[in-house]
Amino acid sequence: MDNGVVLTMRHIDKNFPGVVALSNVDFTLRAGEVHALMGENGAGKSTLIKVLTGVEEFESGEIRIEGREGAIINRSPQEAQANGISTVYQEVNLCPNLSVAENLFIGREPKKAGLIDWKTMNKKSKEILDNLDIHIDVTRTLDNYSIAIQQMIAIARAVDMSAKVLILDEPTSSLDDGEVEKLFVLMRKLKDQGVGIIFVTHFLEQVYEICDRITVLRNGTLVGEYEVENLPRVQLVAKMMGKDFDDLAAIKKEGVSTVKKDQVVIDAKGLSHTGTIKPFDIEIHRGEVIGLTGLLGSGRSELARAIYGADKADKGELKVNGKKLLVGAPIDAMMAGMGYLPENRKEEGIIADLSVRENIIIALQAKRGMFKLLSRKEQEEFTDKYIDMLQIKTADRETPIKQLSGGNQQKVILGRWLLTNPDFLILDEPTRGIDIGTKTEIQKLVLKFAAEGMAVMFISSEIEEMIRTCSRMAVLRDGMKVGELEENELNQVNIMQAIAGGDKG
Amino acid sequence: MNKLKKITSYRLFLPLVCLAFVLLLNVIKTPSFFQISVNNGVLYGYVIDVINRASELVILAVGMTLVVAASGGTDISVGAVSALSGAVCCCVLSGGEQSTNEYHAPYILGVLVAVLVGLVCGAWNGFLVAKMRIQPMVATLILFTAGRGIAQLITDGQMIYVRVEHFKQLGAFIKGIPLPTPVFVAVIVVILTTLLLKKTALGLYIETVGINAKAARLVGLNSVMIQFLTYAFCGLCSGIAGLIITSRVYSIDANNAGLNMELDAILAVALGGNSLGGGKFSLLGSVIGAYTIQALTTTLYAMSVPADQIPVYKAIVVVIIVSLQSPELMRMWKNFKNRIGAGKKVA
Ligand SMILES: Nc1ncnc2c1ncn2[C@@H]1O[C@H](COP(=O)(O)OP(=O)(O)OP(=O)(O)O)[C@@H](O)[C@H]1O
Ligand SMILES: [Mg+2]
Repeated sequence: MDNGVVLTMRHIDKNFPGVVALSNVDFTLRAGEVHALMGENGAGKSTLIKVLTGVEEFESGEIRIEGREGAIINRSPQEAQANGISTVYQEVNLCPNLSVAENLFIGREPKKAGLIDWKTMNKKSKEILDNLDIHIDVTRTLDNYSIAIQQMIAIARAVDMSAKVLILDEPTSSLDDGEVEKLFVLMRKLKDQGVGIIFVTHFLEQVYEICDRITVLRNGTLVGEYEVENLPRVQLVAKMMGKDFDDLAAIKKEGVSTVKKDQVVIDAKGLSHTGTIKPFDIEIHRGEVIGLTGLLGSGRSELARAIYGADKADKGELKVNGKKLLVGAPIDAMMAGMGYLPENRKEEGIIADLSVRENIIIALQAKRGMFKLLSRKEQEEFTDKYIDMLQIKTADRETPIKQLSGGNQQKVILGRWLLTNPDFLILDEPTRGIDIGTKTEIQKLVLKFAAEGMAVMFISSEIEEMIRTCSRMAVLRDGMKVGELEENELNQVNIMQAIAGGDKG
Repeated sequence: MNKLKKITSYRLFLPLVCLAFVLLLNVIKTPSFFQISVNNGVLYGYVIDVINRASELVILAVGMTLVVAASGGTDISVGAVSALSGAVCCCVLSGGEQSTNEYHAPYILGVLVAVLVGLVCGAWNGFLVAKMRIQPMVATLILFTAGRGIAQLITDGQMIYVRVEHFKQLGAFIKGIPLPTPVFVAVIVVILTTLLLKKTALGLYIETVGINAKAARLVGLNSVMIQFLTYAFCGLCSGIAGLIITSRVYSIDANNAGLNMELDAILAVALGGNSLGGGKFSLLGSVIGAYTIQALTTTLYAMSVPADQIPVYKAIVVVIIVSLQSPELMRMWKNFKNRIGAGKKVA
């Protein structure tokens, strides 16, 4: 192939029952470039990658890769690997009960006399991760670490298997700014070595920071391929959505506060969970969106989990709407009017084999109890309502949720909690993996529900998003709540300072 | 073409095909297979025999299906628990004598005690699996081995006979009704369970817990309780099956009653197209699976295969059936066909 092209995909078609996932899509990757693959949720980005790497079969089209005569078809990720394509998929798919080192070397373990050479494996693993500035014990099992760390390990694994083509499907969605920076340093290094990188993300800033070229998909078809310099942000968004849209427009009405200071919904005193979050006090009012901010591992999610009983609080006192509440299990919190959208969608959110309908109604059904089954008609009405409200892209309400694109799965889970009509809703990274249009929609929804009197706890690694939605922020550091920022103090500088532990907080 | 696709993608399609396959085998080997005759006001024939003999298995498969779905594990103690239930029932009714011609306690008491014993055994299994987090296979291994021992203790190592006509009715015929009683018991168990699963949210809860226990907890389900309930229910089913087993031979032989039934029950679940990894399930599939297995066993007997060789033939048929249902094999077959097709085009 000429002009340094390493990979071409031509006229790719892929159908799922009831869904045209890809139709006549072309894609070209050159050596030493970072190529963004963009599009709304369900546009077909992950499918294009799965077709390329042999996770899914495709109906027609051809794939060519430099160094191989003629068209190739990868029948499995292993084959793709042998052809020089290494991949980090959207959902981390490592083995939680194997050690970090085993995960890094699975399928290619260093051997000595036919047996796995553990010493070398652990040593090499440590080197690989040290290079990425990740300092963890590689002999512990993977499930000891946060998803962000797991994501970095998946990336480290893909990168270490030297390749011509490296694919990263939304690798940054669970990373914080510092980690994203580390990843970018690594990507630039690989780029200089001539590796072609396919980068899927919903973060536009990241595209403009690291990418050279952009391919946009919409509804399974190719919109076009562009040089980054020639495609300003507004235009990119328009190309993805098929209409003009200003994702940065203000959504919060300045000066109009919906907070009812006199009505306390959540009042926690000295709540803690040993090993994850030290005793904290927090007071949350009706109509308030309170943000939790801090570095990864600072205890944001853990604070929320202690309130909801996802991790049972072992000290302290919790009052909900003025009444003392002992949360033994999440159901107790739900009965008191709480809802919790967890951070880890695949492990704790979706019920993979169940339909979109069942996934949406399950929380409400659990709340009603076993003997008060929602009628089929009610279930379908509720489902349609949220498919419509959140614009969930699914072939049918009976489609298993695992067949939805990542972002659409997230919307289903959000719908599940909205359906329970909570007084207090905890949203842990609710917009993770969600496209730019819907992200704004969700932020607006959060504000709308707050205006109607709901109290919302909002956790996000994106400071921009927090400033847009929150009316107050609690700052966490090293598993401890260290301070709060009031509405008039909410700006990038203040927050960064508070997180890092400057004079503020 | 489209219609055909719809039919083949129907969940119970493969289990039904398997059943048809076994029935076909029957018809070829014994042309009289589908003949039914009336004798003394009751129906006779191979088919009736299959349906009758399958009853215990159907009941056990129902319990097993729920256990598998909720915990992704199997209860290997069902055969032994059946024997234990039967033994307790016989002991109560015979008043501890080795052989009796009249009840020493009300019949209903015997039935209740048997069912209760099943329930308690199931609850014990459930406690170990759901609460103590012991691997299902290991947890139920305890009663698998100890169950028959306890039964032996109760019966003093002897067979106990209850030679009362009334006692035989559950395993044979009730006067004036042309079909064997166990058939009705099995049908009732299936119907009641189906109602329980469909008219309450239990079915949904079980699938949710089986698919993702962590997520289930966060949406407010009590995974421990639900798994516990399925094991207790499975024990209850074992108790009922034990009653039928003892009634058929109006006696209890703690060593042999329900022997190896756990394997057939697990197999029935698998043949029904249910994943042994838990999650989504089809009760009807397991029921079809149970009838398939019994049809196979009856065929083999009809072909006068010696009893000790039957497992070999069973194994062969099972391998065929299970591979028919394996998606991996389907994929290999499709790839193979594609390659052949491509080869033809080139030529
Ligand atoms: N296994 C499957 N079975 C059926 N439909 C599927 C399957 N996988 C994906 N789809 C459908 O194909 C379409 C494209 O999905 P894909 O995962 O490629 O989207 P995406 O662009 O990666 O979106 P996201 O940004 O949300 O990750 C979606 O409509 C999805 O529902
Ligand atoms: Mg995707």
